Amino acid sequence: MNIQTPPKPTPAEQALIDGYGERFSRLAGNPDVVQARDLAFDRFRQSGLPTRRVEAWHYTDLRRLLSDVPAYNQEAMAEPVGELLEHSAIAIAANGQALQADDNIDGVTWRPLTELLADGSLASSLAPRDADDMIGALNASFVSGGWALDIEAGAEIDVPLEIQNVHGGGQVHTRFPVTVGAGAKAVIVERQTGQGAAFVTSLADVTLDEDATVDWIVLQEQPDTVSYLSSFSATLGRNARLRLFVMNAGGRLVREEVVVAVQGEGADFQLRTVNLLAGEGHTDLTMVLDHTVPSTTSTEVVRNVVTGKAKGVFQGRINVHQVAQKTDARMACNTLLMSDDADFSAKPELEIFADDVACGHGATVAEINHDHLFYLMARGISEKEARRLLVKAFVAEVIEELDDEALVEALEARLDGWFADNG
Amino acid sequence: MLEIKNLHARIAEDGTEIIRGLDLTVKDGEVAAIMGPNGSGKSTLSYVIAGREDYEVTEGDILWNGESVLEMDPAERAAAGVFLAFQYPMEIPGVATMEFLKTALNAQRKARGEEPLKIPDLMKRVKEAAGSLEMDMAMLKRPLNVGFSGGEKKRAEILQMKLLEPKLCVLDETDSGLDIDALKIVADGVNALRSPERAFLVITHYQRLLDHIVPDTVHVLYKGRIIKSGGPDLALHLEENGYADVIGEAA
Repeated sequence: MNIQTPPKPTPAEQALIDGYGERFSRLAGNPDVVQARDLAFDRFRQSGLPTRRVEAWHYTDLRRLLSDVPAYNQEAMAEPVGELLEHSAIAIAANGQALQADDNIDGVTWRPLTELLADGSLASSLAPRDADDMIGALNASFVSGGWALDIEAGAEIDVPLEIQNVHGGGQVHTRFPVTVGAGAKAVIVERQTGQGAAFVTSLADVTLDEDATVDWIVLQEQPDTVSYLSSFSATLGRNARLRLFVMNAGGRLVREEVVVAVQGEGADFQLRTVNLLAGEGHTDLTMVLDHTVPSTTSTEVVRNVVTGKAKGVFQGRINVHQVAQKTDARMACNTLLMSDDADFSAKPELEIFADDVACGHGATVAEINHDHLFYLMARGISEKEARRLLVKAFVAEVIEELDDEALVEALEARLDGWFADNG
Repeated sequence: MLEIKNLHARIAEDGTEIIRGLDLTVKDGEVAAIMGPNGSGKSTLSYVIAGREDYEVTEGDILWNGESVLEMDPAERAAAGVFLAFQYPMEIPGVATMEFLKTALNAQRKARGEEPLKIPDLMKRVKEAAGSLEMDMAMLKRPLNVGFSGGEKKRAEILQMKLLEPKLCVLDETDSGLDIDALKIVADGVNALRSPERAFLVITHYQRLLDHIVPDTVHVLYKGRIIKSGGPDLALHLEENGYADVIGEAA
């Protein structure tokens, strides 16, 4: 028997259903977009929020964890934040709307997302990836704004481009489609932060043409009153290089999906993540990486520092397709637990259908090394400071690899700040 | 002055008693050598003085300048002037040696109510100290002790000791793993620090270190107690005759 009575909607689900009814008429979009929204929302309406019975959401039972969804707040004030790197060109989305962008950089075009909704050009990319893509479905249903960023072929952008997605509470649903032309080079910083209770969904969708090189840095610093669902998806063309660095240092409920298709020979994808988890937060980084052509490479290093009653999850899945010979893919997830109640689940997976590859994964969980702690304290360094040094040592390697002094300093300052609050 | 009175200490985890009623006094300016066969409790004594959590003091006391250190954590003891040169210095990947030295120096200065050192001043001090120990500054650009040879680690310990200027230096088998040239350099480094207001506890298995760091007093540790004390000639006696007859005498 397949007939099931759908369970009674949770308050969060009900709020989304009511919200869609109320918001729908005010959401931008041509008829194609409207149809895509309806299709996406039907997905949600039929299945509800995913529970632990859905494998992709096993460690993050969204139905249980998303306890409430605040109403939209038209009066909310969203404060732009100071740039992470000096001399950045900044595009700001505030409370889900494109606010302003420094659009005077040669080779760089910013367009408010509402333009792509109005002319329907975004419609085809609104469809969720698959049945598990609840973040995509919800975002497609509600997305109100953001920025489309296009970088011209051959452009070597010598200032960092910073996308700020800031809010003052309520609901925020943003998208940032990005195209990087052949041979172009750029450093892109994505800031996710705000104030007050909020439900945020945010998508970045990046296409790298051949020989394009991008360093993309995500700095997620939501307050502990925010549920934040995000997705970063990328496709890499021939010889394209994408280095994605993610630092999570906030949020009550965080699910970040990284979905990368390495589709061009010679392409390289690097993921580095520092998860700083404290309080009672739940943070889930889920990556799905597909190597679909021969001779591509990837490395993923995830470092987690978990304290208080925080919970963390890393799911990393690398699919090496049958034709993808000579793939070199490595994944490591290392966790430092700093309190008895801290918790981390790691689920690395390799699915390999090619026979001539070099692939591997590893996961470790450890506590602060007491011998190291004693050594540092025996030199007069207080316990707290000694712990800070050791935590920093644990994640510094991943940060210092960025080999951009200003960026390393900025991120280490974040780390010190987090530690001062939570160490 | 260091006064250890009827000290009993055991391994916290399994309760094995290692120090069993140890009495020892080391005056300011004195260099006291602790000798003893393997397993007599030499390293444990050094750890208990420095405050390592793996050991529990069950009886007795350790007084430093008249005050008990037992309630102090290792950092507080260090700030009070206690320094342990480790037998096996830890390699700590990811902690830059210079940042470590700066943090340690400034933590102790802060505890003593002094201003933090400015970077150029720190660099100058480190350079001088490293030079006198014939250490390459390039080594100090590496993470703490990582990839250092045994001898380099021991030199790095003495470098830290020079920089931190402690008042009680506990040297735990500093001679192990050193060739004769390195031993001489390290011994010279230690001798340069000898002063009327600084006490040394030199723990060693062999006489050879004491040829270079000549002690004022020599104490034989066996089964967690001092079983014999004497002058430098006691060390020579042990070198010639081994520990057996001293142990036999005490039994």
